[in-house]
Amino acid sequence: MGVQAKRQAPRIAVASGKGGTGKTTIALNLAAMFGEPVQLADCDVEEPNLNLFLQYEQLDSQPVIMLVPEIRADHCTGCGACSEICRFNGLVSLGASKPLLFPELCHGCGGCALVCPSEAISERPLQIGTINSGHSNEIRLIEGRLDVGVSLVPPVIRAVTDQLFSDIPAILDAPPGTSCPAVATLREADYVVLVADPTPFSLHDLKLAVAMVRELGLPCGVIINRAGEDLIGLSRYCQDEGLPVLMSLPDDRQIAEVVSKGQLVAACLPEYGLLFKQLGDRVRTELQKHGGRP
Amino acid sequence: MRHAQIKELVVLSGKGGTGKTSVTASFAMLAKKAVVADCDVDAADLHLVLSPEVQERHCFFSGNEAEIRFNDCTGCGKCHTLCRFDAIYRTENNRFQVDPVACEGCGVCVRFCPAKAINFPERHSGHWMISQARSGPMVHAQLEPAAENSGKLVTTVRERAWELAVDRRIPLIVSDGPPGIGCPVIASLSGVSLALIVTEPTVSGLHDLQRVLALTRHFSVPTIVCVNKWDINPQQTERIEAVSRAAGAQVAGRIRYDRGVTQAQLQQITAVELGCAAAADIRKVWQQITRLL
Repeated sequence: MGVQAKRQAPRIAVASGKGGTGKTTIALNLAAMFGEPVQLADCDVEEPNLNLFLQYEQLDSQPVIMLVPEIRADHCTGCGACSEICRFNGLVSLGASKPLLFPELCHGCGGCALVCPSEAISERPLQIGTINSGHSNEIRLIEGRLDVGVSLVPPVIRAVTDQLFSDIPAILDAPPGTSCPAVATLREADYVVLVADPTPFSLHDLKLAVAMVRELGLPCGVIINRAGEDLIGLSRYCQDEGLPVLMSLPDDRQIAEVVSKGQLVAACLPEYGLLFKQLGDRVRTELQKHGGRP
Repeated sequence: MRHAQIKELVVLSGKGGTGKTSVTASFAMLAKKAVVADCDVDAADLHLVLSPEVQERHCFFSGNEAEIRFNDCTGCGKCHTLCRFDAIYRTENNRFQVDPVACEGCGVCVRFCPAKAINFPERHSGHWMISQARSGPMVHAQLEPAAENSGKLVTTVRERAWELAVDRRIPLIVSDGPPGIGCPVIASLSGVSLALIVTEPTVSGLHDLQRVLALTRHFSVPTIVCVNKWDINPQQTERIEAVSRAAGAQVAGRIRYDRGVTQAQLQQITAVELGCAAAADIRKVWQQITRLL
């Protein structure tokens, strides 16, 4: 991992291999019961949902832009150097004429503008998403939202984490999966909370997520959501792998109904609110154990 | 068989965990003759219920990755200045290193390093497989944890599925799509005959559905919607169906909440094979789909 800027407050990512295991529910209620001011970052920029559960006053909205090439036809000699350096088919040269541009495939590396010998390429901003931020009680919410039709997710996630203050703890709601979007989020974390439920699909994907977290060299713990009869051996797996189980949230239809309406479990069902408060304390303890600040 | 005679159905959801894979697996069994493609390469689960026997296994390379040769690096920092992905950092002894996780593989540093000290090897990111599953031929993949470019792997899986369909004269491809709306979803969506969106009756389910509907419209793909676990919140189910119709998508039916679906997973079979209560609903949705394909 790269050398990261020194932070004064910890960042906790809530992730899972499989989607729909309850990441957003955990992140929200952990933040609501954190007991101190906390930042909550929606890094699931393809499908950001945190805002649906919080009444918040929106303070700021700004576009996320990427630089894409623009060609001045009168300067272009058709040499093809730009399409040769482009690894993403964002520019394609056909014969000796001006290259064709495919901005939706561009990754914004800037290579084409650098390599053009006749200064025919300049860069223009293209909006690929939006960052919204605001406050809801002690929670500072930062939401990234990818524009529909745009395929490039990591730059929008980077724009979210760039907005985080370094001196306030942060909870990052990660996108599902184990590839670039999840990794772009976990790179910014000091600790990872993995959410799984006791189903075969979820256990299989948890194993992938654990491999990803280990690849990144991060400490992690597991939350068992919709805990009931553990026919698949989820607890056993955690034990064998030395993964601490941070919380078990029961398989309770009341929780599913509260979540389906866009309400906070911790607020509507106080007995579970207490569990989330304990979760906050447990995560702080784990962070201390791993050398992070509480 | 010609390309024009083959149909492809992709099952999407926007939100993860709505039951996409369980529904797709049941479709694979109901279809009788179909190539199954698991395009959720990040967290592929279809193989857990279709018991594929792997016949071919191939490496997947997702482009290249920069690697600075420590001994040749002069520490000038040009790579660090040019990298737009925060992937290059200064080491303690004033040389530079690449963070492989952040590297996009654009090759700008490789090209402009004055000392030519940067290698650019191919990046091995996973495997794709052709298998014989209980339902018939299946193409699936496994991305390495923390790997890049799942969109390119999705494209590879679909291309192989099409080849199999043409070679073996199979008229249908059923593909299990990834969650979200980003790169792998777009890769799974281009040029399909029909997209089924499996959603759930929650505020998140509706919100995420609207974004996938906008995406399928953007790519002009005919779309139908089905609400899974509809009885968790009947009001929200009705709202979702109204929103879908207003967006020009047909409603393919409702699937009830049924723990039998998890039971089927545990037995490594599909819901329709177990014959649980939800299986009847899934059959009805499938009939609707076959009419549209």
